[in-house]
Amino acid sequence: MPLTINGTDHDFTGDPRTTLLDFLRDGCGLTGTKKGCDHGQCGACTVLVNGQRINSCLTLAVMHEGDAVTTIEGFGTPEELHPLQEAFVRHDGFQCGYCTPGQICSAKAMLDEAANGWASFVSDDITAPVSLTRDEIRERMSGNLCRCGAYSNIVDAIAEVVEAGR
Amino acid sequence: MTSVYTMDEPDERNRLDAMAQGVIGKPLDRLEGPLKVSGKATYAAEYRIPNCVEGVLVTATIARGQVTAIDDEAVLQMPGVIAVLSDDRMTARAAQGGAGKSPVRKVRDVQYYGQPVALVVAKTFEQARHAAKHLRIRYREEPDPLVDPEDERATFEPFEDPTVQGDLDQAMDAAAHAVDVVYTTEGHNSAAMEPHASIAEWDGKTLTLHSSLQMLRFNRKELADALGLDADNVRLASPYVGGGFGSKLGISPEGAAASVAAITLKRPVRVVLLRQQVFQCIMRRSETRQRLRLAADAEGRLIGFGHEAWVSNLPEEEFAEPVLQASEFLYPGDDRKLDLEVTRIHRVTAGSVRAPGEAVGMQALEGAMDELALAMEIDPVELRLRNIPERHPTLDIPYSSRKLEECLRKGAERFDWDGADRTPCKKREGDWWIGTGMATATRVHNLNKAEARVTFRADGSVEVASDMTDIGTGTYTVLQQIAAEMLGVDPGRVEVHLGDTDFPPGSGSGGSWGAASTGSAVFQACEGIRSKLAAKLGCAEDELTLKDGHAVTGNRRIAIADLLGDEALTEHARFKPGKITEAFAAAMYGAFFAEVAVNVYSGEVRVRRFTGAFSMGRVLNAKTATSQCMGGMVWGIGSALTEELAFDQRDGHIVNPDLAEYHVPVNLDVPHLDVLLVEERDPAGSPLQAKGVGELGICGAAGAIANAIHHACGVRVRSFPITPDKVLAGLPEV
Ligand code: FES
Ligand code: FES
Repeated sequence: MPLTINGTDHDFTGDPRTTLLDFLRDGCGLTGTKKGCDHGQCGACTVLVNGQRINSCLTLAVMHEGDAVTTIEGFGTPEELHPLQEAFVRHDGFQCGYCTPGQICSAKAMLDEAANGWASFVSDDITAPVSLTRDEIRERMSGNLCRCGAYSNIVDAIAEVVEAGR
Repeated sequence: MTSVYTMDEPDERNRLDAMAQGVIGKPLDRLEGPLKVSGKATYAAEYRIPNCVEGVLVTATIARGQVTAIDDEAVLQMPGVIAVLSDDRMTARAAQGGAGKSPVRKVRDVQYYGQPVALVVAKTFEQARHAAKHLRIRYREEPDPLVDPEDERATFEPFEDPTVQGDLDQAMDAAAHAVDVVYTTEGHNSAAMEPHASIAEWDGKTLTLHSSLQMLRFNRKELADALGLDADNVRLASPYVGGGFGSKLGISPEGAAASVAAITLKRPVRVVLLRQQVFQCIMRRSETRQRLRLAADAEGRLIGFGHEAWVSNLPEEEFAEPVLQASEFLYPGDDRKLDLEVTRIHRVTAGSVRAPGEAVGMQALEGAMDELALAMEIDPVELRLRNIPERHPTLDIPYSSRKLEECLRKGAERFDWDGADRTPCKKREGDWWIGTGMATATRVHNLNKAEARVTFRADGSVEVASDMTDIGTGTYTVLQQIAAEMLGVDPGRVEVHLGDTDFPPGSGSGGSWGAASTGSAVFQACEGIRSKLAAKLGCAEDELTLKDGHAVTGNRRIAIADLLGDEALTEHARFKPGKITEAFAAAMYGAFFAEVAVNVYSGEVRVRRFTGAFSMGRVLNAKTATSQCMGGMVWGIGSALTEELAFDQRDGHIVNPDLAEYHVPVNLDVPHLDVLLVEERDPAGSPLQAKGVGELGICGAAGAIANAIHHACGVRVRSFPITPDKVLAGLPEV
């Protein structure tokens, strides 16, 4: 069953019970995507499927025929980081680093959602264009738990990228 | 040759300040940051090892009894299933921090609901998980297990000798102002984001375990003891650890299970705990009940001080949540009573969860202090300032450097604290009562033995190695900075290798001692290298300046690489806390200031502003230290408002064993955290003049929030977490 991951063609032939997360980590060796709960409760496994963020533990690999999956490995390398990755390093938006790939994937999709005018729980006017205030960032990133408690710095990192994009 | 630094006296030399490189304390980005943000840091479960098979633990569904049969026939028929193991070398509990010996092993003697009893191994994770789910276990169940500390059959016994000085009852009677209150806290789970995971490999002699662990030099002995191996034949690797917070201090059940399976099956085996198992069979922080008695004279100075606490643990465990740890030294009062009692119940092991003791003791104590300030109608900050004792109230020893007053004053100023009028319900914004509260922070300073090896390579680069771990604390970076500062090189020229028992045994990460202890071993090794360089130059070590890869003495300046020739210099050093630990009451201090909004209808609490001013000796890296403090404050928010383990009263099982039901703070729960690092050098803290960082930020944080809730709406909740139902019950009519 064909799908692309970070632009490369892959073929999934495994056990149909395999989650997309386990396929990425164990089948493809893309262990940048993390497993924190396996139940859609923590966001550590967040990846982009056709540009949208999902919890890859909550979906089976076989459900993604023809899809384009982007994982953290598709962002930047340690030598050449994506602007979000750079901002996370500069602002210390992580400690143990285990939630981090999920946070960064989530942030990328979140920025796109906002650009497309998606409202959130804290939006005052759900029809107005979205202005990514810090509270908007907080709310939109609340699906990604960070037990190290790096939230304040995560918000700073994302806000900086938002600013740079203005 | 290993050089040894035994710390018996304060180290007043302030050597790091005398160095020239100028990188110590600087807010450098994390050394391993680029790897972490790009998904290239490899955590325990992520090693690709050929021929590796998958194990899933099966856990008990009764609180107490015997496993009488494991019906493995049916699952052994399932596709891919290789084995079902229930072996006496497998561990039934996680080891306590620093145990250095195997935890309880008898897996078929069930002592708590959720105890591992068997391991199912299959070719793939899907197969193993499916089989584990279908494995039938038969039990002989013991009726009416004692699972609840509130059960009338529960008996409490002193955990250690109580401190009793003078006559507290009399002091309470004589006091101009007195507070006598009971606070409770619920159980907590560390809930590190990376579940406990191990991959075991056995070559017939040596067992190698990739695992997620905090203290390798102890863990190695624990695993060896469980397996009946020589510790030299156990190698542990934990270069990256996805959070620990106490839950990975000791080996956990998946480690021994994977090892037994690898030895039995003669092939690599991976076992990763399911998130529910992380809750069920690792560690909980005990619930606590705490009675606080504060007796003050007319000026608000404490003349009597009482703190008694009741906690629980499983039979045979040598740990009781040390609730009174800060109460021993923080406040004065000649008439004292401190008593910690424990009852034995059949719930998952109670052990260390971030800042054991102070995390829950301080929030209750600081709530009681707020009540005293209110009774006296004085500013709670002022009450704290009037109660900074001259000497340790029981041991009569001096304090080491203590910047509590500075933290209180600077924090208050930064927060714009106004403590003059503490009358509740004075400020309302729309549907919200607004209030502020404060609390003191303190956490004992711990040191531990540590070794490290430092090599100044012939090309002028530096390598640091220790089996010390970095669990998100910044160890890689601070050790890099210490070596760079001491040896005068750019931090980019320093490589740091951690988390492998092939390296010299570090202190491990726990009790906030990691940086001060292992950092001191690195410091000692660097001093050794400096002496050798000085000898080469024919000068005294303290006449040697090392900077930017050059050695300077008098009017000579020579590139290190030239000085070294082709020869690398290696020093292996050991740091040992000696008499210093008894000579001073050493601790980290701080002050929290919080502003909350309480919904006038629902009792929902939002933290709107949160400032913490902290002093912890020399700051080795301002960025990672700030992050540690922030992390602690986030835990404080969880402890104040949402975190509680719920146990079923019949069989003690955890009702909320996952991240959907056990509520850790999410991003929107946390405001911008304002952290102020107060400059300090503590010569008694370590040769670095540094103390611990990682736990201070939680110690008292929830108290500040509780006090702010009271100030906002007049509801004093003495039961943590302060969920809306508890606030609602006391809200004023609007
Ligand atoms: S692992 Fe998928 S949400 Fe937690
Ligand atoms: S960095 Fe450790 S959980 Fe977020």
